[in-house]
Amino acid sequence: MGNLPAGGVILKDPIKIKVLETDFLIIGGGAAGCLAAVKAKDIQNNLDVMILEKANIMRSGCLASGLNAINAYINPGESPESFVKYVRKDSMGLIREDLVLSLAKRLNELVKLVESWGLSINKNENGDYVKRGRWNIEIEGEAIKPIIARKTKESGVNIINRVLATNLLVKNNRVYGAFAFDIRKGIFYYIRAKAVLIATGGASGIYRPQNNGSAQHKTWYSPFNTGAGYAMGIRAGAEMTSFEMRFIALRVKDIIAPTGTMALGFKANQINSYGEKYMVKRYNHFGGDRAPTPLRINGPITELKEGRGPVFLDLTHLSSEKIKKLKEVYLNMYPGLVLYWAANNFDPGEKPVEIQGTEPYIVGGHAGAGYWINEKRETTIEGLYAAGDVAGGAPYKFVSGSWAEGVIAAENAIKYILRYKDLDIINEIKFNEEIKRVYHPFYINEGISANDMEERLQKIMDEYAGGISKYYEMNDKELKLGLEKIMSLKKQIKYLKADNFHELMNCHEVIDRIDVARVLIHHLLYRKETRWPIYQTRTDYPDRDDENWLKFVNSKLINDSIVIYERPYKKIV
Amino acid sequence: MGIYVNKELCTVCKGREEPLCVENCPGDLIFINKEGKVEIRNQAECWDCMACIKSCPYGALETRLPYQIADYKATLKPLLKRDKIIWKLRDIRGNIEEYIIPRKINKGGV
Repeated sequence: MGNLPAGGVILKDPIKIKVLETDFLIIGGGAAGCLAAVKAKDIQNNLDVMILEKANIMRSGCLASGLNAINAYINPGESPESFVKYVRKDSMGLIREDLVLSLAKRLNELVKLVESWGLSINKNENGDYVKRGRWNIEIEGEAIKPIIARKTKESGVNIINRVLATNLLVKNNRVYGAFAFDIRKGIFYYIRAKAVLIATGGASGIYRPQNNGSAQHKTWYSPFNTGAGYAMGIRAGAEMTSFEMRFIALRVKDIIAPTGTMALGFKANQINSYGEKYMVKRYNHFGGDRAPTPLRINGPITELKEGRGPVFLDLTHLSSEKIKKLKEVYLNMYPGLVLYWAANNFDPGEKPVEIQGTEPYIVGGHAGAGYWINEKRETTIEGLYAAGDVAGGAPYKFVSGSWAEGVIAAENAIKYILRYKDLDIINEIKFNEEIKRVYHPFYINEGISANDMEERLQKIMDEYAGGISKYYEMNDKELKLGLEKIMSLKKQIKYLKADNFHELMNCHEVIDRIDVARVLIHHLLYRKETRWPIYQTRTDYPDRDDENWLKFVNSKLINDSIVIYERPYKKIV
Repeated sequence: MGIYVNKELCTVCKGREEPLCVENCPGDLIFINKEGKVEIRNQAECWDCMACIKSCPYGALETRLPYQIADYKATLKPLLKRDKIIWKLRDIRGNIEEYIIPRKINKGGV
């Protein structure tokens, strides 16, 4: 297979294979991956550190378009312990306190570090950071990703852009590296490593999106975070946790712009079509506007379901100068919103801004889905670490928490690598099977496109596993039927067809998403309570049941079956 | 979501291995077509992150919202300077507004 132009035909050349070696392989060059790489070089400069990135680290991952606040920061008067207590309450009582506490202790140090690389953080006249909320500080973060990427390059990290990792190399429950392919040149990579960090982000595109057709990628979470890290771990037999704690964001309707800035930064109230401040009127017993995040989204979704919609964020109290300021803030973080208003002849100073819930995502940064890790950020596979959205059990970590996890993972991976430095990397690996799997869609003359299969997956998940069309609700019967359909869809993977390397990447993205969806349904089925309304609403078990369910639901793929494990919750703070 | 490429302004970043927009698109959605021009594969797959637009030194790219959610004719274009971004916004009535956003980067940084 040769170097194909986009949309070109398949050449008859043989597949080119590159074998690379590194000490520390980091899969995914986003917030967690880049910080891990810089830290690793900082601790042990003579080690080879390699980032595999499917896009280009300059603008890849969640930070592509910029950021206007750090939302996990220990402000004066707070402590890592008070952060843990807050996150526990916000996550309805179930978090890995060891993970949240250990990352909380590193938040401020890492914010300072990234500031020293060039990130601009707003300060008041005393030189203190400008607080935006209890755990939030304001930044001027349009260039946050290029700043981090440049530092990563300068640190001497070996960065390989436009390469998609497809599977981990695991033998006897120890990781030896990964397989990947170059989406520009089609080269197959076999990368041997002493330790591997997965930092590929979470998964979008599992559920049918709010916008479809020409706006299908108008999503909250990056549509290019396709669950590759979860899927590779699932296939390698790593233990996963809390997939059932999905994440649904409250966003500006259509354009899916963030609402936190309006609520926190500009004091907007949520109102329904009757002008009622429903969070206070109807949901005050949960804490009203200060209720845990799942309950704050439960408010507007319930209003919509019960016929009191549309629902809005009201900014009509703002002066025209304040509205201008609001637009400036969004231009720094989410410019599309400003264009959306201009294109719809809309002035947020005159009319309230309509809001809605997004499609569900699987993420470990806002919610709890991901690899089951220990405090070192090591997964259940030896030598394999996880950080950021792909790592589970520690919600509310966001960007700064992902930095912390990347750094903690790097520190421990380096210790591991140094301890094993005299060990030979195992040589004997059969990769023919993986080559066949990876390039299979090129050998299909007539078949299914990745986009068609993605649409099918999203329809099944939407209708049987609590998507938007069901107001995020589900029951046992629906989930079982959904799982049947997912398993039959999985059998169709052999018909996936690609005509170029971009499409080949899309094929593997949908294959990964199907593996994530399968595990997700198993988790949703197993938890027989409703712990996080909207994220996980079981109509057949509508109440929270701490007596029986204050525990983690974990899973592993064993002999092609998903096996569920229960793991206890441990209170330490 | 999607982008519009002004072929008059686009130079295909001659001298570079890949034009900056092609290099930076996180979705691998921009490529050089058979005529040697910059093209987006599929407008529907664009996330609207503006990585391409911000990296274009020639101001040749523009965001277009999908018609599904926005009226035709409004535009938003950033002009990236070292210390600021000048955003030029044109609404559907033809009103033009300019927003100057400082690009604050600490000394010692990029």
